Amino acid sequence: MDESPQAEEGSAGAPPVIELRNVSKTFGDVHALSGVNFHVSQGEIVGLLGDNGSGKSTMVKLMMGVHGPDSGGEVWVDGQRVRDWSVNRARALGIETVYQERALAEQQAIWRNMYMGRELVNRFRLLDIRRMRREASGVMSGHLGFTSTAVHPDNVVETMSGGEKQGVAITRALHFHARLLLLDEPTMGLSLSETRKTLDFVGSIKEAGRSAVLVDHNIFHVYPVADRLVVLDRGRVAGEFTRAEISMEDLIDRLYTVARTGRMEE
Amino acid sequence: MAEKTRSSDVAEEPSKSAVPASAGRVSVVSLRKQLRQHALTVATLGIAVVIWLAFLVAAPDVFLNSRIYSAFATTTPLFAMIALALTLVVITREMDLSFGSVMALGMVGFVKAYDYTGNVMLSVLACLVVGVVCGLINGYLVAILGIPSLVITLGTLFFFRGVELVLLDGRPVVLRDPEIEGLRDALNGRTLDIPNELLWTLAVAIVLWIVLNRTRFGAHVFLVGDNPVSARLMGVRVARVKIVTYVIVGVVSAFTGLMTAMQLATLFPTLGDGTLLPPIASVFLGGTSVFGGTGSIVGTFVGSFIVGSINAGVISAGIQGFYTQLFFGLVIILSLVLQTLISRRMRH
Repeated sequence: MDESPQAEEGSAGAPPVIELRNVSKTFGDVHALSGVNFHVSQGEIVGLLGDNGSGKSTMVKLMMGVHGPDSGGEVWVDGQRVRDWSVNRARALGIETVYQERALAEQQAIWRNMYMGRELVNRFRLLDIRRMRREASGVMSGHLGFTSTAVHPDNVVETMSGGEKQGVAITRALHFHARLLLLDEPTMGLSLSETRKTLDFVGSIKEAGRSAVLVDHNIFHVYPVADRLVVLDRGRVAGEFTRAEISMEDLIDRLYTVARTGRMEE
Repeated sequence: MAEKTRSSDVAEEPSKSAVPASAGRVSVVSLRKQLRQHALTVATLGIAVVIWLAFLVAAPDVFLNSRIYSAFATTTPLFAMIALALTLVVITREMDLSFGSVMALGMVGFVKAYDYTGNVMLSVLACLVVGVVCGLINGYLVAILGIPSLVITLGTLFFFRGVELVLLDGRPVVLRDPEIEGLRDALNGRTLDIPNELLWTLAVAIVLWIVLNRTRFGAHVFLVGDNPVSARLMGVRVARVKIVTYVIVGVVSAFTGLMTAMQLATLFPTLGDGTLLPPIASVFLGGTSVFGGTGSIVGTFVGSFIVGSINAGVISAGIQGFYTQLFFGLVIILSLVLQTLISRRMRH
C-alpha cells in the first residue's frame, strides 16, 4: 500500500483491520470489481462513494464473505491472509454488516432476526430462546434506546417502522462486538430524524475505537463522518482522499468528472 | 463507554412519544401479534369444523359412533407423518409432490434387501436409505439447480414410480413371512390398546416439533422461507437447509410406505398412489403459509386428523369415494384463499 492510513488515534503501525489486495469479482460477463486495493485501519471510518453499478455493494459483500474474490485476489485481516473467506469466517474475525436491503426476515420475531445465522444454543444443542429474547430486549433498549412497545423482542419485524427496522439491523451488527462495521446505504428510506440518529451512531463507532465502512449515495451524509473517502467507478478505485485533503465541493466536482470520464481529473 | 452516553440521549426521543400512547399501543400491538400468529390456524380450522359439522348433519349415525374414530386412528397416520415432514418443506416456500412414489420405492428397497439378506433390520434400513436418496435427488434439483419445486417434484413423482414399477415388474409382493411379524407388531400392533401407527405419528410429530422450534436448523427453515436472500447474507446455508427438508420428507415417506404395506401385508405396485391430496390438505389446513416463513407442526397434526375424519367419514357414510377428492380439493382451495386474504390484510 502506498499511502499510510490517516486514522487519527493510536493506530500507527498496527496492520489494517481489513485489506483487499488486487481483488476482482466477475459474475458471468460482468466485471463488478477489477483489481481493487482497499484497506480500513483501526479506528478509521472510510466513506465509499460511487454511482450505481460502481461496485460498492459487491465490495461490501466481498468484505463480509458473501462472495469470495476471484483467483489472484487476496483478503487480509489484521495482517494475516485469510484463504477460506466466508460469512461465518468474517464474523468470527469481528466483521459485521448492515445491508442496504437490511437483510431482515420480516415475518419473524425480532429476536430471531437478531441472531439470524448464529442462533444461541444450550448444552443440548437446542435453541436458547430465553437468552436470545432477553439479550435482544436488552440491546434494543441499550444501544438504540428503543422503549416503545413496538420493539418487544417477540414482535415480528413486519409491524415496525423503517427506522425501527434499521435499528434492528444496526443493533444486530453491534451486538456481536464488531471491530469493523460495514454499513451499506444505512440511511436509505429513513426519515430525517432517523437519518440523523444513524449518522450519529456512525460517529459513535469511531469514538468506541472501532472501524467502519460507510457506503452512501449521499455525499452530504458521508463526508462529515468519514476520515477517508474512496471513490469507486465501474469496479475500480478511481480516487482516494483524506477528508483533510479535499473540500466537499471539490469532491462533488470530482465525482461528476468521474461519472462522465471514468477518471478523477480531466 | 462513549456509546452508552450516546444511546441514553437517543433514548429520550422515542420514549417521550411512546409514554402517553403506550397503554393503547400495547393492546393494539399484542392483538395484532396474536392475530398474525394464530389467524391462519383459527380460520382454516374453522372451515374444517364447518365441513365436519356438515358431515355430522348428513350422516349423524356414522359420525356419532366411536367406531369411525378408532378407524381413522389407524388410517390417518398413513398420511399424517408425511404431512408433518412436508410442513418443513412448505415453510421454506417449496413443495414436494413425489412422496407417494417414494413410499413405494422405499418398499422396493425393503423387499430387495430382504430377498438378498433375509435380515429385517437391514431391510428397514435399506427402505429408509432409499427415502434419503430420493430426498437428496429432489433437494439437489430444487436447491442446487433451482428448478421450481412444484414442477420438478411432479417429474420425480413419475420417475420414482416408474423405477418402482420396473423393479417390481408391476407385480405385488406378499409380506407374510413369519420373520417380519415382529416388524409388523412394532408398526401395526397396539400398545395399551392404542394403535402403534398413532404412536409413531406422535413420535414423528414430537421429533419434528423439536427440530423445527428448538434447533438452529429449524430456525433456518423459517428464515429461508421468509427471506432467502437475507438468510444467505447472514450466513445461513440456504441450499443445504432446503436439501435437508427434502431428505426428511423422503425418509418419512419411505417409513410411511413401510407402515402402509405392512398394514396391508402386501406391497402393491400402486402403493402411495392416492396419497397426494391428504398430506397437502393437512399442511395448509394447519395454517402453514403457502408464502413460506410461517407454519406449525401442531397445526399440521390437528389438520391431518381433521382431514382423516373427513376421509373416514366419507367412506363410512357410504358416499362414493370421489367425494373425498371434492372435499380435499375444497379444503386446499379454501385454506389457500383464506391465507391469501388474511396475509394481504395483515400487510395493509
